[in-house]
Amino acid sequence: MTEDKDKNQDEDIDLKALSDQELVEQMWDDLYDGLQEPILEGTNILLERKWLPYDVLTKALIEGMRIVGIDFRDGILFVPEVLMSAGAMKAGMAILKPLLAETGAPSLGKIVIGTVKGDIHDIGKNLVSMMLEGAGFEIIDLGVNVSVETYLEALEKHQPDILGMSALLTTTMPYMKVVIDTLKEKNLRDDYIVLVGGAPLNEEFGKAVGADSYCRDAAVAVETAKDFMKRKHNIKAGAGKASAS
Amino acid sequence: MQEDEKKPRKVLLIACGALAREILAIREQKGLENLHVTCLPAKLHNRPALIPARVRAKIRAAKSCYDKIFVLYGDCGTGGMLDVVLREEGVERIGGPHCYAFFAGQERFERMMESDPTRFFLTDYLARHFRTLIYEGYGLDRHPHLRDLLFGNYRGVVYLAQTESEELVRAAERAAEMLELPLEVMRTDYGELAPFLERIA
Repeated sequence: MTEDKDKNQDEDIDLKALSDQELVEQMWDDLYDGLQEPILEGTNILLERKWLPYDVLTKALIEGMRIVGIDFRDGILFVPEVLMSAGAMKAGMAILKPLLAETGAPSLGKIVIGTVKGDIHDIGKNLVSMMLEGAGFEIIDLGVNVSVETYLEALEKHQPDILGMSALLTTTMPYMKVVIDTLKEKNLRDDYIVLVGGAPLNEEFGKAVGADSYCRDAAVAVETAKDFMKRKHNIKAGAGKASAS
Repeated sequence: MQEDEKKPRKVLLIACGALAREILAIREQKGLENLHVTCLPAKLHNRPALIPARVRAKIRAAKSCYDKIFVLYGDCGTGGMLDVVLREEGVERIGGPHCYAFFAGQERFERMMESDPTRFFLTDYLARHFRTLIYEGYGLDRHPHLRDLLFGNYRGVVYLAQTESEELVRAAERAAEMLELPLEVMRTDYGELAPFLERIA
């Protein structure tokens, strides 16, 4: 079915004939429709046109997924459509990943992420991981049903900038507080930016459990993570200047 | 005046459509004639964030016509927002995070989830409508390869059976087959739902 649709798309639109802007907009549409083939083709065309891999990723793929995220939030798209879109983005990313590594694209920071203990839902968490990775973060994904002990071990081992926690169940989301309280007890809380997300969460809950921020969706998670990293660098730079003077 | 006092109170139950059949069965079994029922569409579970506002609208529309209103929803993925609305409206709901919990019994369900969170639960309603709600609802008919992404972390299906029905057991078996997971059937009857309805009526 998807292949037929892809073929029709190919027949209808000659991607190579499009201008850069038209092609990028077409790729947003193809991502929206979850079409892998045109995304692969569009990615290759932009690279042939000497686009930087990082620009292809951010301007075509991540921006496309941001649009998907908005329509998911507004109830226009549902989980299967988002998964198809994510699959298409993943296909494009597979081309870009080795190139990004070669070109030394900026690493924005390191994130340890996982779905909390008692919860095995990972669609949202996987989407967030993919988007963050695409945006230039290094991701250490602990998977699902992650205990406080596992989070702590990973934090110690990987020394990330950010800890990301996800939950889909009302019954499991309080576990985020268990993790954050344990970090406080061990005087580790201020060493990490803590971001939380998941369908039943909200801003109030994020504050109540002591997270730095609640992220409504994957695109917001990327922006929030970038924003916190900027602030972190500014604080470091400020501290550096202060000690120099 | 004395006759009025003897009249049973008029109670409205605002419920999830997924529970309508069970409520009506209990009402008939227990003779709870004064219990009136209105339902919201079960498909609201696909957008749980909409549930609190829809329940509030129902409460406000009915408040002047009933002596007492109760709500038959679990938290159902609203992240506590349904309880915030109910506190504001002064309306009580059945306890628990969702219907699996009050069918299985809260403590038993908690123990089950603690010991193994990798089980996917079916009720009579979900067994009956699995193909439409879950299989087609999650696009598995069109995109079978999504099954691993959606259900790859599950290790089994538990059918919490409210009624004894060979037909529903077969439906649950078919559901488990579609997910390629082993099935366990657990007879719960109506669990905590029946005593809740008796108490409020």
